[in-house]
Amino acid sequence: MRRFSWFNATSLTLGFAFLYLPMIILIIYSFNSSRLVTVWAGFSTQWYGTLLQNESFLDAAWVTVQVAVASSTIATILGTMGAYVLVRGGRFMGRTVFSGMIYAPLVMPEVITGLSLLLLFIGIGLERGIFTIVLAHTTFSMCFVSVVVSSRLVSFDKSLEEAALDLGCTPFDAFRLVTLPIIAPAVISGWLLAFTLSLDDLVIASFTAGPSATTLPIRIFSAVRLGVSPEINALSTIMIAIVTIGVITASIITKRNSLIQQRDEQAAARTA
Amino acid sequence: MRRFILIAVPYLWLLALFLVPFLIVLKISLSDIALSIPPYTPQLDLSAGWDGIKSFLSQLDFENFTFLTQDPLYWKAYVSSLQIAAISTVLTLMVGYPIAYGMAQAPDEWRPTLLLLVILPFWTSFLIRVYSWIGILSNEGFLNQFLLWTGVISTPLTILNTNTAVYIGIVYTYLPFMILPIYSALEKMDGSLLEAAEDLGCSRLSAFWLITVPLSKAGIIAGCFLVFIPALGEFVIPSLLGGSDTLMIGKVLWEEFFSNRDWPVASAVAVILLLILVIPIVLFQRNEQKQREMDQ
Repeated sequence: MRRFSWFNATSLTLGFAFLYLPMIILIIYSFNSSRLVTVWAGFSTQWYGTLLQNESFLDAAWVTVQVAVASSTIATILGTMGAYVLVRGGRFMGRTVFSGMIYAPLVMPEVITGLSLLLLFIGIGLERGIFTIVLAHTTFSMCFVSVVVSSRLVSFDKSLEEAALDLGCTPFDAFRLVTLPIIAPAVISGWLLAFTLSLDDLVIASFTAGPSATTLPIRIFSAVRLGVSPEINALSTIMIAIVTIGVITASIITKRNSLIQQRDEQAAARTA
Repeated sequence: MRRFILIAVPYLWLLALFLVPFLIVLKISLSDIALSIPPYTPQLDLSAGWDGIKSFLSQLDFENFTFLTQDPLYWKAYVSSLQIAAISTVLTLMVGYPIAYGMAQAPDEWRPTLLLLVILPFWTSFLIRVYSWIGILSNEGFLNQFLLWTGVISTPLTILNTNTAVYIGIVYTYLPFMILPIYSALEKMDGSLLEAAEDLGCSRLSAFWLITVPLSKAGIIAGCFLVFIPALGEFVIPSLLGGSDTLMIGKVLWEEFFSNRDWPVASAVAVILLLILVIPIVLFQRNEQKQREMDQ
């Protein structure tokens, strides 16, 4: 059995301290009763109270959730279609252009994506608001979904689909009954990725939002430009808590599912 | 028919919302600034027919690009973005490699937890992770208080609003992108190679340089590109942690657009940024493809 050598233990401890200390300090100071964020004056939850009474934050949070749910859902549908076309679509006109358009947004600087979409929306006279942010977020996150789903599609056995087709399934039924259940974990993680990307995005939303819709990152950015504030610390703590619970739950569920699958496979092997 | 719809829907979506917007940026970068809405000229007037298109094309010019080469601000911004991105990439490698190495050497039952710990910050808001450093690096911040208390320094260090803060911010936020590819390269490595080297009289350090590093080369290259490419166009980190003298092209583009309202110049800045990025992106794709071929 392998153990930690002192060198590896030190580098891991220092590394994870670097990754986590800033967030831990942020969380601790969100419970500081002083408005001066660097002086500890005792435990208090007052900033959570002021935060929950601040309507501009609540409005922005609501806009952000609406945008994230809408854009990640559309992006998952389009991205899964895109992945299917890339992996199983065979040859068609403009296939190279298509795969280029799927991969390019992954490495595109956000300022360029944001600028180009804004110029498009203004060019066609579309009024900016929640709708335009959804369009923008869908466009870049569908590419991330495509990459996640296509890596799963590549690895699974094509003959399962062909068997379904031979047994009289329509292509759509074969997709629904055979392919979709197999790629479902990738589709779900694609949706989660798209959702997080949308929640997180500041730059593209700033370009495409217009004055009528403010998302949470835009609101946070304008607040933190003025420096550290205890309300933002409280808000950050809430967001970190939600993400941590979500990620840990997801990893527990994945682990349990893989254990169940393993057990089923063993049982199947025994009966056979 | 179904196949046609399946291809057409994502295709047309990306065409309309990814490719066409780029052509618009390219077109506006060749236009002139004007005091109108939208604030540039010429406008393409298709109703005027062929003559309209001809006069539209004749009014396009490379003036904005000439302007970019003449004003030293832009030139400096490109050079300093490249410099900041390159230095931060090297720093991220130096911080990330030992972590990835430690993870790959860790006992098997620890690995899923360690992997989760590396991925977790990636799911947390980027903006919040950058923001958390403001409170640490400021003059009255946590780091200065700690250093003053331990007696290492007697006057507070100015770190926030300097390039050093930008380096720290980039290393911190992009660290998972460096760790993960290196870890996956190191994890595949056969441990018996190191044992063989030691049996043959190699010291542990030279075994590391001669065996571990070359075998993780693909991971190192992938990690470096994954940090370098997004760092080059970074906007949030220089604007929150950097100072007024921190020049990065993403920030210049943002200010050109939102503060100066000069859309043609902002578009020209975007076009050149893209041209600079093409080289590392192509190199990165080559590396990935080579890796895939070797895996097969």
